[in-house]
Amino acid sequence: MLEIEIDGRKTEVADGSTVMDAAHQLGIFVPHFCYHKKLSIAANCRMCLVQVEKAPKPLPACATPVTNGMKVFTHSEAAVKAQKGVMEFLLINHPLDCPICDQGGECQLQDLSVGYGQSASRYQEEKRVVVNKNLGPLIATDMTRCIHCTRCVRFTQEIAGWMELGQAFRGEHAEIMPFIEKTVDSELSGNVIDLCPVGALTSKPFRFAARTWELSRRKSVSPHDGLGANLIVQVKHDKVLRVLPLENEAVNECWLSDKDRYAYEALNSEARLTKPMLRQCGEWREVDWQTALEFIGTDLKRVVREHGAASVGALASPHATLEELHLLQKFVRAAGSESIDCRLRQTDFSLDGKGVTPWLGLPVAEIAASDRVLVVGSFVRKDHPLLAQRLRQAAKKFTRVILLHVADDDQLIALHAKSIVAPSALAAELAGIVKAVAEAKGAAVDAALAGVQPSAAAKQIAESLASGEKGAIFLGNFAQQHAQAATLHALAQKLAELTGARFGYLGEAANSVGGYVAKAVPGASGLNAARMLAEPRKAYFVLHAEPELDCANPQQAMAALKGADLVVAMTPFKTRALDYAHVILPVAPFTETSGTFINTEGRVQSFHAVVKPLGETRPAWKVLRVLGNLLGLPGFEQDSSEAVRDEALGGKADSVAERLNNRADGVAITLSASAPTLQRVTDVPIHFADPLARRAPSLQKTRDAAPPAARMNAATLAKLGLVAGMQVKVSGGGTAILAAQLDAGLPDNCVRVAAGHPLTSGLGSMQGEITVERA
Amino acid sequence: MGALGFILDAAEGERSWRLAEYVRRGGYTALKKIINENIPPENIVAELKKSSLRGRGGAGFPTGLKWSFMPRQFPGAKYVVCNSDEGEPGTFKDRDILRWNPHMVIEGMIIAGYAMGCARGYNYIHGEIWDIYKRFEEALEEARAAQLLGDNILGSGFSFELQAHHGYGAYICGEETALLESIEGKKGQPRFKPPFPASFGLYGKPTTINNTETFASVPWIINEGGDKFLELGKPNNGGTKLFSVSGHVNRPGNFEVSMGTPFPELLAMAGGMRDGRKLKGVIPGGSSAPVLPTEIIMECTLDYDSIAKAGSMLGSGAVIVMDETTCMVKALERLSYFYFEESCGQCTPCREGTGWLYRVVHRIEHGEGRPEDLDLLNSVTENIMGRTICALGDAAAMPVRGFLKHFKAEFEYHIQNRKCLVPEDVQRAGSGFFKVA
Repeated sequence: MLEIEIDGRKTEVADGSTVMDAAHQLGIFVPHFCYHKKLSIAANCRMCLVQVEKAPKPLPACATPVTNGMKVFTHSEAAVKAQKGVMEFLLINHPLDCPICDQGGECQLQDLSVGYGQSASRYQEEKRVVVNKNLGPLIATDMTRCIHCTRCVRFTQEIAGWMELGQAFRGEHAEIMPFIEKTVDSELSGNVIDLCPVGALTSKPFRFAARTWELSRRKSVSPHDGLGANLIVQVKHDKVLRVLPLENEAVNECWLSDKDRYAYEALNSEARLTKPMLRQCGEWREVDWQTALEFIGTDLKRVVREHGAASVGALASPHATLEELHLLQKFVRAAGSESIDCRLRQTDFSLDGKGVTPWLGLPVAEIAASDRVLVVGSFVRKDHPLLAQRLRQAAKKFTRVILLHVADDDQLIALHAKSIVAPSALAAELAGIVKAVAEAKGAAVDAALAGVQPSAAAKQIAESLASGEKGAIFLGNFAQQHAQAATLHALAQKLAELTGARFGYLGEAANSVGGYVAKAVPGASGLNAARMLAEPRKAYFVLHAEPELDCANPQQAMAALKGADLVVAMTPFKTRALDYAHVILPVAPFTETSGTFINTEGRVQSFHAVVKPLGETRPAWKVLRVLGNLLGLPGFEQDSSEAVRDEALGGKADSVAERLNNRADGVAITLSASAPTLQRVTDVPIHFADPLARRAPSLQKTRDAAPPAARMNAATLAKLGLVAGMQVKVSGGGTAILAAQLDAGLPDNCVRVAAGHPLTSGLGSMQGEITVERA
Repeated sequence: MGALGFILDAAEGERSWRLAEYVRRGGYTALKKIINENIPPENIVAELKKSSLRGRGGAGFPTGLKWSFMPRQFPGAKYVVCNSDEGEPGTFKDRDILRWNPHMVIEGMIIAGYAMGCARGYNYIHGEIWDIYKRFEEALEEARAAQLLGDNILGSGFSFELQAHHGYGAYICGEETALLESIEGKKGQPRFKPPFPASFGLYGKPTTINNTETFASVPWIINEGGDKFLELGKPNNGGTKLFSVSGHVNRPGNFEVSMGTPFPELLAMAGGMRDGRKLKGVIPGGSSAPVLPTEIIMECTLDYDSIAKAGSMLGSGAVIVMDETTCMVKALERLSYFYFEESCGQCTPCREGTGWLYRVVHRIEHGEGRPEDLDLLNSVTENIMGRTICALGDAAAMPVRGFLKHFKAEFEYHIQNRKCLVPEDVQRAGSGFFKVA
């Protein structure tokens, strides 16, 4: 510990601390621009110059290490003179046109110039003008305003993992720019807007929509990936105009993924449904709620009477709130059916009934404390942008991050090792790792592994895992959707046992854990999502989901829904439910209802509505409650979403932790011996993954939202007699016409076809064999 | 003169740079002496300390002390780097050393590697002197062929590899940490210090960086002893020093003289003032050194302490001589333009301040000065000096302060009369480019 005195106040700081750290500890504000706690120290803005006793010159607080007994003055005459001098330099070439700047009112330069600037400028020369840059659909630029703090540059290098911005040219001509003809394509790019201390980088969709002081700031939780990033939703006239991160070190730190940040655009989109709709005699017409609900009540009773309660099923999106899922399952069960599921993309349900409530297996914040992390079957950077960011930071320190996957996408993580195999070989490769570790540790393995020969990569991974002391093994979205998900689970669990590692799941959606907690999964006599569609029901309730994009087998889903007697779609949007539903109910998206998401680490995060429901939209939990009353079902008397939540959680939020369990005993390990001639690798691209993202115009203009293609490696293309760019017909439970594309990161005989997009919703299962031929 | 000079004066003739010629002059004897006598590294550093050799790049930091900062026991790579990126206006000594006596630098660097436990060295050569870069590469080939570089040098068990690296002409890359960034393949921008290169240098490893002339002095010190080197100069200012004399003299060029030589002697060596004109002022240590007027410089001796006492710096030893035909406003305008153009743009005071300084001086020179401009210039320099990451900010500010201090009247005349104190035709005559009818 080092002793330091700042402005006459003493404190002790850890060795290696800077003067800035010590000032923070004392609650003393030192003006700064380039300094940011999450970024490396640049010391280039010079705004944090302070006077240090015995130092001949003022020193930057951000970069000056504390020495024992140091005396610092942050507001002495010398310090303030230096700070004011720097402020003058920053302002001479800065356009002093705050009234027309989008950053006005939330600008660090503007704020600090009140304290350190002068009322008139001594600079009488011409000011610098810098040409704007095209950084893509999300970030607007006003580069003349740039003060060259390089926070954005350091962000892309250090946090996003790929340097997409740099400072070109010298001196006064220095400019922040992307690489020539390139945009900023990171899935975390929007954070540079928050980091920019001036109005050089601002939000393109939000540009000139409102002044910051006109906006109300309301807390919320991101409804997208399993992390549940904390949000500040900014609202004007009951309309969401912008989303910013709410800092929570344990969850999203101070970052947001672009999906978290920009998906709000969907909330104000033309695609919103604002009135209940009823299809009668093949014609859709808008009706009032009473009519719609009474229709459902009558028809549901008829279906149950004619076909039995078991003919009713419910498909819910894992992006629905805990309250919605709880009431939906309660409704379906009260109607007499156990068929409800929110695991729409899952294909292997053999873990059901074994007491598993899959979760991360450890708190998010503890990931970085692991010395080994094995990620199995995950497009981790796009599926979980901020968890991947944590892994990226961890890999720079002492964590060895290892990937076992089916596509060699650049995760922008310094991977210690990786093995990329075909989906059909994924379980065998993992088995090889298990076997190699078991051999090294002299432990017995399952008889099913007797014939397994670990590959060289598996041995290398095994060696690394075995040498760790505090490991973690995560199954990603791909592993969860895999046809052998239970085998992968059993193998990963065994591997965790052998290495003493913790084991868990990277939760696919905002409420994947909440779905289990709310019991929005089938009971013993019920059908799971796959069976509900394979063995068509007579009545379906579809909550927040778009089965043609969200289900593991879109073709089968559409066929089942189209053949049903009653389909009730509850959605905020005019979806393809128009093709198959009988009633469409406009229910509130996350901003228009209170609710709760339980994130992948089991964190219960409740939020309030931030705006009034649009048109006649109503929160789904209220709709379900009224529907329950209408049918005279017991247990639908809750008068607030909090009451619903308390009921779902059994009264206490901390009971969730007890229910989380990744351990399953007696799961059979089945390793497939043969591989299909050609198999599908399915990813769910980041901006196709949920209904909100799909309807956010700016997100849909990003590179990540490029239309799906049929991607193959060079050998596979050659074998099929195809060349990249050619139109091809992909068949497998249906067909899709796509462009062939080269993807060198795929194993042989694999075709990568993304799900979640209308272009590929004509296909069958996300898993298994497909064929490709020239269109 | 020149009897004392061992760096340049000894190397005469077209082939002087060849290994054979260097060996004939007694080259590589220092290295062989170290190897044969198995001299411990700490003795070499001690000898350097005794010699009072001070860094020839401009800052004048004691070389022996710098070498002693290297953590010899540090496991892993350590580097020795030679700074041949002389970009300071007026300085042209290092290129001549590399042109005529490259092996002396190579030998100095090998000894440095030995003394500090480094297995690898780099010589960063200014981008605009390509022929010299190529010559140095050839000299390296000669040394490698003679087993003076590479594994197990002369059977000693000591291995040292040396590589040349050329820049692309950015002045800032002469700043040692910007130079390291540049070698690493990054944009040449100075790093914030601490940490200093001795603990976090090239590729994050302990690194010592010295000027070309500094390394070239090392073999002589080993051969002749630190005491004798010190005797060549004066206390605290050991050895001889190269001075690049340019400007209004009859015989511009590099002159190797003892530290402490009176300035008038150097001026005489350079052939005296051109056309017998009167001396007006001298920039004694490269463009960033404050200018000294005749009455002060003529009393100075050429060593770090004397020039510093006079309010300037010996710097790299680039002596820019200006006669009475010089317009001091125009001279400063040119200097300020240089720093404006060469600022790397990383930190605020230098990025913004150098442009401001240049524009104001430019305005004065072009007859648009205002009475308050001189105070403004002084105030802006105050706000730059000591506030920047590297010394370029100070380097840009000091000439402004120097010119304003000693030639304020000329600036005031410019502002009041909107023209030069020195008439245009006189300036043209003095430039040497125009014949006056």
